[in-house]
Amino acid sequence: MQKTESATALARTLERIGRACVAGVEEVGTWAAVLGEATFWTVAGRAFGQPVRMAAVFREMMDIGIRAIPIIAVMSATIGVMLAIQGIYTLRIFGAEWSVTIGIALSMTREFAPMITGILVAGRSGSALAARVGTMKINQEIDALDVMGINPVRFLVAPALIALLVMVPALTFLADVTGLLAAGLYVRSALDISLPAYWQQIFEFLNLNHLVHGLGKSFIFAVLIGLIGIVNGSSVSGGAEGVGRVTTRAVVQAISAIIVTDMFFAFVVTR
Amino acid sequence: MASPHSSPRGKAIEVEHLETQYGSRKVLKNVSLAVDDGEIMVVMGGSGSGKSTLMRAILGLQRPTAGTIRVLGEDIAGLGTRKMAALRRRFGVAFQGGALFSSMTVGDNIMLPLREHSDLDERTMEIMARIKLEVVNLAGFENLMPSELSGGMLKRAAFARAIIMDPKILFCDEPSAGLDPVVSSTIDDLILRLREAMDMTVVVVTHDLDSAFKIADRITILDEGRILFVGTPDEVRAQKNQRIQDLLNRRPPEEALDPEAYLRRLTGESPSGEPVS
Repeated sequence: MQKTESATALARTLERIGRACVAGVEEVGTWAAVLGEATFWTVAGRAFGQPVRMAAVFREMMDIGIRAIPIIAVMSATIGVMLAIQGIYTLRIFGAEWSVTIGIALSMTREFAPMITGILVAGRSGSALAARVGTMKINQEIDALDVMGINPVRFLVAPALIALLVMVPALTFLADVTGLLAAGLYVRSALDISLPAYWQQIFEFLNLNHLVHGLGKSFIFAVLIGLIGIVNGSSVSGGAEGVGRVTTRAVVQAISAIIVTDMFFAFVVTR
Repeated sequence: MASPHSSPRGKAIEVEHLETQYGSRKVLKNVSLAVDDGEIMVVMGGSGSGKSTLMRAILGLQRPTAGTIRVLGEDIAGLGTRKMAALRRRFGVAFQGGALFSSMTVGDNIMLPLREHSDLDERTMEIMARIKLEVVNLAGFENLMPSELSGGMLKRAAFARAIIMDPKILFCDEPSAGLDPVVSSTIDDLILRLREAMDMTVVVVTHDLDSAFKIADRITILDEGRILFVGTPDEVRAQKNQRIQDLLNRRPPEEALDPEAYLRRLTGESPSGEPVS
């Protein structure tokens, strides 16, 4: 009797794991479907009489990009200073604090700028996207779009994705510049070198490859933030409480995806 | 009370042997229904009778498991993206909660279908939106946000958006839900007026008896996913069928006693022995 009971418990656990796996694969499949559909409407929308509106794209760019400039600037400057402090502290052990600029230049452009931008945009815009799509679904606004002959992916998703693809790399570049500048200001006072000398050192080490490495990652982050926000939003159920749940889920998933992707990208590209 | 249309007309909607299901639960079971051009068809039934599902299927929002749906002569299962979008431009739908876009003003909401589907200039679209707002007695409200409107006003604004493209068929989902009887009665009048003015076919899904008898040319009664009866309001009243009389007199249906089914529900097992989800 006990044996059969533990057998059913095992079977239940296996079933639960199986279901979770299937749900996970299904969700990733939905990302791909959404991405495919958004690409389709962006490219072929005009031929179907439903072009992606530039006005909508600009509105999203304003929300996702321009309004995020202050927070991105402040956070990347903070990280730049933090890098400089830690770098100088660590290198002083070897008496090599003068080489802190190489560490700052590479880690800022390759790692910290895209990462902090991705995380901030996920928190600001990924969540907003999930909440908006979720609320619209609950209020039957998505159905309303459908029955008006307006494709919701074309109308809602494509503009947000395009805006993310433009603005996340742009914000990353901004984070590169402000981060390096803030680090430079600290280094200047701590090591007593002039700012032009600092920049000269930075550009000695920094080449286009490093910048492209960071910006390339930020493209991937942009896609992840958009898809995760939208897919979570559209999977909402259970009213206002459900919207809160999918919003949280979208942020946690997007940030996790960014960090994991970052690691894989670094692994694949730097080897 | 509206009189039934006697002149022979075409069919606006033809539904044949429609079946739908959520997971393993069948919602609609072999539903066949025809709506004539220009008539007001009210689909009635209690909660969970499948009336909303029937409307979603006709609108193409939900794929049926079996059966065919023809709207304005086109089989909606066989339509591609472009043709489906074109067909939907000939629908107007007033959703239960209005489904106005909360980020746009009432005027922008009403103009959205014009913006997306026509090349009219801004001024013309504004005038058209104002005309429709006049029709639903909401003149002057175009610059308010949906959150600033009352329940009845939201529904009327939703009607204005639904008729902006001069649709051939108007669908109304629970037009009286959440409204007091007086406001709900003005919505009924609005539906009748719209039909007269624009010669539309109107499909109304409701559980409100008074409203159904007031506006319907014909009434379809759905019960547990099956069509119980289709006929004029007078024919419905004259029906002897127990379920229909229960519905008309607001009596809860007597539960048929099935000890086996009761036991199965308690043990949580379906007839095949698997746990129900």
